[in-house]
Amino acid sequence: MTENLNVFAVRTLTQKEYFAPGHRSCQGCAEALAVRLVAKALGRNVIIANATGCMEIVSSPLPFTSWRVPWFHVAFENTAAVASGIESALKVLMRKGRIPHKKIVTLAMAGDGGTADIGLQALSGALERGHNFVYICTDNEAYMNTGIQRSSSTPFGASTTTSPAGKVQMGQITWKKNMPAIAAAHNIPYVATACPSYPIDLVQKVKKAADIEGPAYVHILSVCPTGWRSAPELSIKLGRLAVETGVFPLYEVERGQYRLNIDFPKLKPFKDYIKLQGRFRHLTDGMIEEIEKRVHQEYEQLKEKAKKGV
Amino acid sequence: MGKRVGMEVSIAAAEAVKQANVDVISAYPITPQTHIVEHLSELVANGEFDAEFFCVESEHSALSVCVGAAATGARTFTCTSSQGLALMSEITYIASGLRLPILMIISNRTLSAPLSIWNDHSDAMSIRDCGWIQFFVENGQEVYDHVFVGYRLGEDRNVLIPVIINMDGFILSHVIEPFELIEQEKIDQFLPPYQPLHQLHPDHPVTMGAFALPSIFAETKKAQEEAIRSSIPKILETWKAFGDMTGRYYHPIETYKAEDADTLLVTMGCFGETASVAVDKMREGGKSVGLVKIRLWRPFPFDAFKQAVVKAKQLVVIDRAISVGACGPVAAEVKAALYGKDQRPLIYNFVAGISGRDVTPSDFIKMVDKAEIEIEEGNKEGYEIYGVRG
Amino acid sequence: MTKPESEWTWKELPVGNVILEPGNASQYRTGDWKTLKPVLNKELCIHCGLCYIFCPDMAYSLSAEGYFIADLYYCKGCGICAKECPTGAISMVLEEEEK
Repeated sequence: MTENLNVFAVRTLTQKEYFAPGHRSCQGCAEALAVRLVAKALGRNVIIANATGCMEIVSSPLPFTSWRVPWFHVAFENTAAVASGIESALKVLMRKGRIPHKKIVTLAMAGDGGTADIGLQALSGALERGHNFVYICTDNEAYMNTGIQRSSSTPFGASTTTSPAGKVQMGQITWKKNMPAIAAAHNIPYVATACPSYPIDLVQKVKKAADIEGPAYVHILSVCPTGWRSAPELSIKLGRLAVETGVFPLYEVERGQYRLNIDFPKLKPFKDYIKLQGRFRHLTDGMIEEIEKRVHQEYEQLKEKAKKGV
Repeated sequence: MGKRVGMEVSIAAAEAVKQANVDVISAYPITPQTHIVEHLSELVANGEFDAEFFCVESEHSALSVCVGAAATGARTFTCTSSQGLALMSEITYIASGLRLPILMIISNRTLSAPLSIWNDHSDAMSIRDCGWIQFFVENGQEVYDHVFVGYRLGEDRNVLIPVIINMDGFILSHVIEPFELIEQEKIDQFLPPYQPLHQLHPDHPVTMGAFALPSIFAETKKAQEEAIRSSIPKILETWKAFGDMTGRYYHPIETYKAEDADTLLVTMGCFGETASVAVDKMREGGKSVGLVKIRLWRPFPFDAFKQAVVKAKQLVVIDRAISVGACGPVAAEVKAALYGKDQRPLIYNFVAGISGRDVTPSDFIKMVDKAEIEIEEGNKEGYEIYGVRG
Repeated sequence: MTKPESEWTWKELPVGNVILEPGNASQYRTGDWKTLKPVLNKELCIHCGLCYIFCPDMAYSLSAEGYFIADLYYCKGCGICAKECPTGAISMVLEEEEK
């Protein structure tokens, strides 16, 4: 265990916390951890537009806030539009000399519901207009805040309250929407996937996204013990398994060039990932095999894209 | 005296936005608002207007951009009509709850279905309760003037409420009217740069848009309600300052030959000018009739309204929208305003001009005649859509 | 100290219900939520900081001695730190009821 000296790399991150403790997330919430790491990556000079969702609710019950940076919640589906407004206001106010010139990052943060479903239009518009901002989707793979209902980001076969494992339908019947690909299709300078189980990688990617001129999109897998029916202490391990089984590969798309951040000589079995999650416990061996086949297929396709991109 | 020109009202509105030194404009095209955004984009493209202007992908995003920009300290503008207003309605409530000064011109147009591009007040009525300060204007000059009034009022530290200017679509937006433009130096003095009370900036990190539990929510709404009610003196003050600058004085309720009239027409929007022609004609014929025009729709000027109708025996309220299944919304408001009085005029409610159907002076005369007959026959609850065939 | 929401009057609310004190949620004791609490065996600790970086509640901070110590005021007892510790230095132990 101690052979891997990389564990000490954690000590290189700043010790400052821009996301304060006392927030009301569930025990073991990896989305809160993701947000904490994003805040560390960006530091003081940021303005955050946040969608309605878990992170908004747990961090801002009037009159308390967990935010030590400027933070704005408006509605569910318009985060990218609000961020567009913030970004253009900063631009014009600095140009007109009403506020001093300074690098201030505009960050839009939303969950999978607020990004892939109801927020997709606003996101597409903001990406097309080319605003200089970072959009982060913290993906816990369902509408968790309202009680674990399915979203287009819910993986195939997962049981949610609106795609329950029943007698006739066995969980989510559609494949997870590929949001990073949709973002990349807008020809933006930077797209990345990240996971808080790989904290240094996440922080580096968010910093890169912030430094890039133009829109950047980072998709962060956020393990949710409550919704995934997993033990709270396993949230980091599950995030790691998602990457190691090829379910959630870590990659970047820089100006259209794909780059896989970690490649495994052999992916771990899909079963290892799902056996720790109650939302998949109804899956038959046949379904598991089918899903694994498709996961491997998509992983190979990603590797192909990355190969061409080098 | 400013320069006097003939100009399309939409163009004049866009010019006002430019003269008001707006910072961020975000809009989505919809008939009959399009000429405003088209002219604004021309001004920006020609370098005549330094603002961040962009056409977003929906009206919902248009207002959301304004909300984000206003919270960051920018002076913002958007405009829309009908379906666009309906789509952004979610955000109108949020903007006022967040106390962000934004100016929006609504080129009033009917709400679908059926689809129609022509004018009535159904779109404005659909957001009646959204918490913005809402003006209805009667002619092009008023649109132009109220852009400056709206920004100065909304941005006042004691107000901080977003403002809507309702102008009748096509009937105002697409016609050429005479304008007295105001010199830029005067506007700059009347309207200094926006100084936000709270602002999103790393130097003073604040949290905006927190959610509220039931135990505190009522207090937040009380605070908002008090703010809009107590903005009336500021509205009057701003109008006075504007009048001192230009000689054009505006009031929440305006009257025309109403002081001694037995019958009063009550209108909102550009009906007013047509109705005044009808009033003149009716007076020539010996009728005791006058006109009351509501300019300030929200916060409703209860006191001024009660004062204006104190001597009347009957009111003929002309709505330009229907609260479907109930009545005309303006009539409902008027009745609510007068209910507590010991002496109340009788009220007859017409809905006219739906979706741009022309309402001429003779129509107003017919409506007054009909109302008088009905009231004489004992009909105290008159409500009808005027001029419907069949 | 920010008083709880049920004690605010409408006049005290800032305009637009803006929260002016950054991070004041830190006065809320989420530590009451836990059933298990982390206990550190200092002899096994290699000071790597994984417990600190993986805590979703920012409960860990570096002590003067060089160990990462969990602030039980915030710790929700999720057990991530114990699970991720590479040397098994942290154990989750049932928290005794306060008498």
